[in-house]
Amino acid sequence: MNNPPDISQDPSEHEEYAHNVQKHVRGYLTVGALLLAFTAITVALSYVDFGTRKANIAIAMLVATLKAGLVAAIFMHLAAEKRLIYRVLIFTGFFVLGLFWLTFLAWYNPIVR
Amino acid sequence: MEIPYTISTRPDTGLWNAKVGIWLFLASEVMLFGGLFSAYIFLRLDAPPGMWPHGLLNVPVGTMNTAILILSSVTVVLAWAELKMRRYRRYWWYMLATILCGVIFLTVKLVYEWPQKFEHFGAYIKPQALEKYEQYLGNKHAAEKGLPPRLEITGHLHNREALTNPNIKEYEVALDPVNADPTNPAMDRPHFLYVPPTDKIGKIDKEDVERATMFLPTHSAYFASYFTITGLHGLHVLGGVLVFIYMWLPVSKKVYQRNPEHLANRVEVCGLFWHFVDLIWIFVFPLFYLL
Repeated sequence: MNNPPDISQDPSEHEEYAHNVQKHVRGYLTVGALLLAFTAITVALSYVDFGTRKANIAIAMLVATLKAGLVAAIFMHLAAEKRLIYRVLIFTGFFVLGLFWLTFLAWYNPIVR
Repeated sequence: MEIPYTISTRPDTGLWNAKVGIWLFLASEVMLFGGLFSAYIFLRLDAPPGMWPHGLLNVPVGTMNTAILILSSVTVVLAWAELKMRRYRRYWWYMLATILCGVIFLTVKLVYEWPQKFEHFGAYIKPQALEKYEQYLGNKHAAEKGLPPRLEITGHLHNREALTNPNIKEYEVALDPVNADPTNPAMDRPHFLYVPPTDKIGKIDKEDVERATMFLPTHSAYFASYFTITGLHGLHVLGGVLVFIYMWLPVSKKVYQRNPEHLANRVEVCGLFWHFVDLIWIFVFPLFYLL
């Protein structure tokens, strides 16, 4: 979904612009409804036994990631953003994954094993 | 001197400046919460069997708060869209709705959820004394079912002075359902609805107790990380609400009258922060309430 374009100063174009934004509004409402539905699904799934606790955690995190993706892509307009912002976020993603990797190393303790 | 590129875009980045600024800030926020989440993962992976509690938080209330935060994310993006369509009155209402959602979220947290925890008591039993409290713990039943061992007795502490008075030799606890009837298969898994402590009183000798506290950060790694992460998240909600109130007050109407795009951009930037706070909660909710 693209960002609504910057508003035009020309009144004749204004009506068309408002119509465009209105289309986005429908998208936002749909995403809001989806997020609420996924919340209910997350709660319901947590009472289903998937065999191991690890499996339950993996499934819940999968749904949470999906929800977070929706928020980021649509509400935060990341589906269509300028390159500079993607660049910043690629670095952020790299470093935050590195942080989780360090945690994993500390827990796994490869030097002693 | 006027701040440049608050409305028009900078030719080299293709963005107005505040948008670059908020994304850099959010990048740093990702690292801040990333650090706390990795601490959570580390503590949880390292917790011995039975030492990571489940089902201590109120799931319906947590679910409601999640829904409220999602709703507020929708209203703030609608507020921004209304500004883009130059409908200030409708913007004003959506902004009010957002502020109210934030206030409800914080109120539920600070007036209901946290204080209820502060009133709850738990005592971890020493390994050598576990047998003695089998009637409350039901560890034979838990082992048969392949459940983690139960090491803690929880409920409402009747003689609260026992926590501080060394002359009182035992804790009198109105037991939580799981300790009142530990072999009941209905207690094998956490309940969806909150079940209050029963009338059944359990007596626990202080000398059999490894550690006994109210549900405070000192209780366990679980509550320490719960209060730290939800506390920091709550501060973010508070910050967002304060900025939204500023955007909603008449002072912002002046900005709108001077140049509507300026206010729209301000709201967009604050909205980005607000969605990020929502995004964090999307992970906090299952990690602490459900899993």
